[in-house]
Amino acid sequence: MLLEGKKGLVLNVSNNNSIGWGIVEALHQHGATIAVGAQNEKFLGKVEKLIEGQERLSAITCDFSSEEDLSRLHDEVKARFGKIDFFVHAAAFADREDLQNRFIETSRAGFNLALEVSAYSLVAACRTLEPLFNEDASIVTLSYIGSTRAAANYNVMGVAKAALESAVRYLAVDLGDRGIRVNTLSPGPINTLSARGVKGLAEKIRNVEEYVPLKRPFGQHECGLNAVYLCSELSSGITGQIIYLDSGFNFVMK
Amino acid sequence: MAEVFDRVRKVICEQLSVTEGEVSEDKRFQEDLNADSLDVVELIMALEEEFGIEIPDDDVANMKTVGDVSGYVASKV
Repeated sequence: MLLEGKKGLVLNVSNNNSIGWGIVEALHQHGATIAVGAQNEKFLGKVEKLIEGQERLSAITCDFSSEEDLSRLHDEVKARFGKIDFFVHAAAFADREDLQNRFIETSRAGFNLALEVSAYSLVAACRTLEPLFNEDASIVTLSYIGSTRAAANYNVMGVAKAALESAVRYLAVDLGDRGIRVNTLSPGPINTLSARGVKGLAEKIRNVEEYVPLKRPFGQHECGLNAVYLCSELSSGITGQIIYLDSGFNFVMK
Repeated sequence: MAEVFDRVRKVICEQLSVTEGEVSEDKRFQEDLNADSLDVVELIMALEEEFGIEIPDDDVANMKTVGDVSGYVASKV
């Protein structure tokens, strides 16, 4: 098993459709011990139900918008694991109305909120967790091609993902001298709770296998397999990269 | 129709953590069943899975009550 004896965090998971959950399942299958994040008490119940009865999985709450919560996260992870080998960041949020209308209408508050929760959260969490990372730890975040292309209705989330992808490179520099790697998985559109916030995205997902090179959809499970790759020594030497995980969606035009 | 309603009710109970007795056709999700907008999206996704159907966003916008949803699902299956 590729991750036997490895310990880490996947923050956060909403339900069994979450990409984060696909990642938890795959890392777990490969032997990892994981604290599975819930954004608040409400989601904690759902996460506890998902992990019920499974060895090496435990729940943890983390609200990325709260500095207090982040410092509590540090203390709790330290108490539970001591040091960690991986951290998967799966957190993004924007006001629903900002993903339905013209981008130009984005309010200052909506812009700040999306950037804070979806991009700054990675920076803040890495800083908080920095003392707990083992040498050669791996950090993985999730993006979407709306960061570099104007994807319909993705709007402020695209701007946030651009910031996130850039942050990954700067974090890779800061943490590289300890052998810590930071990379981005960029899946094509997948039917998750988050994706359903983007107007029209569900319809796009339903037809995606018609025009991607592999002629098949891709899903949470494949995100998990690639997270195993990025969290294990198989990806040794890879840092600051964006890996498109989308049956080729990123380079074809429709 | 009755069978569809029973299955819809079961999904609603699971998703919104309410009891069968609380779920009747006239109940509104947000006001009566204490669901927020994310809960409603999750519920719609769970119904898509349960019935193997697709429920476009524009149709969801018109569903306020349990009856709206079960009627819609019944028309699709």
